[in-house]
Amino acid sequence: MDGQVIKGLVAIFLAAILTENYVLNKFLGICPFLGVSKKLGTALGMSCAVTVVMVIATAVTWPLYVGPLVPNGLEYLQTVVFILVIAALVQLLETILHRYMPPLYNSLGIYLPLITTNCAVLGVTMLVLEKAAGDPSYGYIQALVNAFGSGVGFLVAMVLFAGVRERLEECDVPKCLQGLPITLVAASLVAVSFLGFNGLVDRLM
Amino acid sequence: MQILIPILIVAGIGLLAGIILAAASILMAVPKDEKAEALEALLPGANCGACGFSGCSGYAKAMAAGEAQPGLCSPGGQKTAAACAQLLGTGPVSAVPSVATVRCLGSADNTRDRVAYAGLASCAAAQLLGGQTDCGFGCLGLGDCVAACEFDALRVCNGLAQIDREKCVGCGKCAAACPRKLIELAPKKRRAVVLCQNCDPARDTLRVCKAGCIGCGKCQRACPVGAVAVANGLAAIDPAKCVGCGKCAAECPRGVIRLETV
Repeated sequence: MDGQVIKGLVAIFLAAILTENYVLNKFLGICPFLGVSKKLGTALGMSCAVTVVMVIATAVTWPLYVGPLVPNGLEYLQTVVFILVIAALVQLLETILHRYMPPLYNSLGIYLPLITTNCAVLGVTMLVLEKAAGDPSYGYIQALVNAFGSGVGFLVAMVLFAGVRERLEECDVPKCLQGLPITLVAASLVAVSFLGFNGLVDRLM
Repeated sequence: MQILIPILIVAGIGLLAGIILAAASILMAVPKDEKAEALEALLPGANCGACGFSGCSGYAKAMAAGEAQPGLCSPGGQKTAAACAQLLGTGPVSAVPSVATVRCLGSADNTRDRVAYAGLASCAAAQLLGGQTDCGFGCLGLGDCVAACEFDALRVCNGLAQIDREKCVGCGKCAAACPRKLIELAPKKRRAVVLCQNCDPARDTLRVCKAGCIGCGKCQRACPVGAVAVANGLAAIDPAKCVGCGKCAAECPRGVIRLETV
């Protein structure tokens, strides 16, 4: 692997975290972002689970897409097949964790099955294929790094927002804004602040 | 023919995933806690939450882990407690089942409504407006407790909620539903209960109800074990101290004290 490729991978990783953040830029996976970010501990657990599932899902769906789907002209079945595969994968992962890593299984708890229907995971697997279609140098490794970076980006967004929400708890919020409204306002402000990273990664290249 | 290939591919992927999952669930099966499962089978399965756990399965797990004692299950009563204790190998526990009591005698014969209430048929709603009954403490008779009961043990008769002590399992849901906190949950034993919660001075109580406690204190003087206390114009009997002799009930000039038998 030459230096140029490694530099490209770092750029992909950073871009996935900062400029193409799934939660704050693409607005995917908002449900767990709002639902599970009340406490720092649960936010961490959820994002670790999402990261693991994103990488494994991309690792499996990419060959599936390139293998049986593209040669038969079945790109349109992408969504159906990917949902099927991701659901089965999460189930498998749960069984394995339950058997071999009970503490991790217990700490992930309900989050693991919840990820089955997380649109950010589906989004990663489909968007890396879109990128690969437009860029011939974008391969399997790049897709995996992107998936990992997206997971870390999810983690960064969740942890940041959990901190914001913990401070919100103590604020004297007007009655009409209490609860979800102020949470959404705070989320949009965090998203706007992430716009500041635009162009950062291009300059690194 | 064109449609066959996609069908076969998607079905094949699904089948493969299914086989892998099935194999994984057999190969990597986690041994379940047999003790907890056996205990859960002994519990009534009402999931009422009277034990303080999230449901029968939560209670069974806690018992299996040694974090909870058998005998907390109110619907199961003595029989379940004994069966669980036997399975756990601990000694027999004495579980006195709880039973709910409506501490009010304000039926339509004894008291009146101060206004004609035509709102939502719910005690909680009526209580928001201060309640339609003349007595500010008595049963509203709109049946929030009846709706809360999952064992069909409550009825509203003549404007007063009444509990079928045979059907009551002592889960306490009615007590939580009553906006006037009239329903008391106490061990099912022979004891006396004051069927009134009116804390007003005697004059006001006399005006609103034919069967209200006026706090005269006769019961307190009659009690041989000191189980009765009169405060704020209202007598209260400690179920733990009461021996069920019935002397207070005999003395009561208003007939508010009832002797409950098992």
